Amino acid sequence: MQEVNMIDAIERYMRGEMLPEERVFFEHLRKSNPQVDQMVVEHTIFLNQMNKFGERKNFKSELLHIHNQLFEKGEIKEPSQTKVVALWRKYKRVIAVAACIAGITALGISGLIAYFSPKANVSEIALLKTEIKKVKGSLIDQAAAINNFKSSSTPPSSQGKFGGTGFLIDGNGYIATSAHVVSKADSVYVENIKGEYFKTSTIYTNDTTDVAIIKIIDSHFVYRILPYNIRKSSTELGEEIFTLGFPRSEIVYGKGYLSAHTGYNGDTTSYQIAISANPGNSGGPIFNPSGEVIGILSGKQTTAEGVVFSSKSMNIYKALEDIRRDTSLDVSIRLPASSSVKGLERVDQVRKIEDCIFIVKSY
Amino acid sequence: LVLTKASTVTTDPKEQELLRGLALSSRPAIETIYKDNYTMVQSFILNNSGSTDDAKDVFQEAMVVLYEKVKSGSFELNCLIKTYIYSVCRRLWLKRLHQLQRITPEIQNTEEVMAVEEELEMHEQRNNDFLLMEKAMQNLGEPCKSLLEAYYLDKKSMVEIARSFGYTNADNAKNQKYKCLMRLKKLFFDQYKNNSV
Repeated sequence: MQEVNMIDAIERYMRGEMLPEERVFFEHLRKSNPQVDQMVVEHTIFLNQMNKFGERKNFKSELLHIHNQLFEKGEIKEPSQTKVVALWRKYKRVIAVAACIAGITALGISGLIAYFSPKANVSEIALLKTEIKKVKGSLIDQAAAINNFKSSSTPPSSQGKFGGTGFLIDGNGYIATSAHVVSKADSVYVENIKGEYFKTSTIYTNDTTDVAIIKIIDSHFVYRILPYNIRKSSTELGEEIFTLGFPRSEIVYGKGYLSAHTGYNGDTTSYQIAISANPGNSGGPIFNPSGEVIGILSGKQTTAEGVVFSSKSMNIYKALEDIRRDTSLDVSIRLPASSSVKGLERVDQVRKIEDCIFIVKSY
Repeated sequence: LVLTKASTVTTDPKEQELLRGLALSSRPAIETIYKDNYTMVQSFILNNSGSTDDAKDVFQEAMVVLYEKVKSGSFELNCLIKTYIYSVCRRLWLKRLHQLQRITPEIQNTEEVMAVEEELEMHEQRNNDFLLMEKAMQNLGEPCKSLLEAYYLDKKSMVEIARSFGYTNADNAKNQKYKCLMRLKKLFFDQYKNNSV
């Protein structure tokens, strides 16, 4: 209890609230009693700390208050541009990482989309004509070629734009091939395995069935009897087939089987066949083992391996019917009646057939 | 470190007046100093990988440094208030960057810089005392904390305190205050002595 009064006295002494007599008495007490003096010193230190604590606390809250007020009044403001710059500086590494992740994700997603989305129909089928090097004819080349055509049947000086295969369907020089080989051509030449060139004229093309009929118009072509015939009815699944074509300048033999009665996306005018086919095989005949033509090779699916399509041989009959009905055409085509290579060894069949197969070159 | 030797003592009467006002915690003086210097510090902090909140913290700490300096009776800055604040902020920010271990190879100086190491050593000491008292107050708990704050910080009379804290009379409040004070002193001096040793 005495100490309570002592503290009170010390505080009043420090604040200078003591009366003069009391003050003198207190100072005397301090001097004579070291314990009291010690208490005074300690309490002074403490109150001093307390004061400073209070002052700083008040000042700090005052500052916060002033800050908010100045900010509201717009006397200090956050520069927006600098803020962005500061944020950029602070987070540029984070942003870089985020950008990388975003990039990878975007690539991944577009990859997935590309993988899963249905392909465009046209691009899926590669038409097997060879796009021969880059001639894209200069005017001079074309002019020279035209002159050559007129004067003689010597081969054109430049190479053709497209190449395919064709085969005789009538000994008088009628050749069947794929429509897409000749449809965009200004002129079409054919070449046999002996290297003889013949000029032709296109008399019929059908893009739906991908069949074209062209006729050799050079006079030096000699009539010949065909060793094969064209099959009118359809062919059984799994039947062995072979083809002869010109994927390169040499004639190439290929063997396979009939895989399906319909072609790409259920196309009933064509078969699906399994055979090795390359650009240049387009328009080539598809034979069954008896030496009957059952189709004309037309294209392959680029998204699947070993899926090749062939226009059905019935389409040739249909073409002839169309030609007959067209009164503007004075053409009569007689298809071979029977196959003479039936029952022969394959080697012999090929030897007899091969000179009825032609390289078709479109210009 | 860029140093410019104390070239100009703040003899500018306007600045002297501001400092005197600051020592008396005068609102207009604090406001003027705040307004005149905040933007400069803000752009400094923002240009050196800090945020606006960092700028506010650092600037207000520098204001405390200046306040306590003039409060202790020293009005001689030996430079403009602006230079003083900028230098203190720069030093404080460098220290904080160092603590955050954020590497800033080059601090861009836009203002004159003076040596403030001594100032900040003193500030550091005051900081420690402040934190000691804050911690002691925190550990004291209620109602002692409020009671002592009302008496020593808000300078309220015992009669007022007795009324607002619900004591029957001033003597009762005084007794309660005494008990609280003894506890706080113990809490404070235990740490204070530990710290000083």
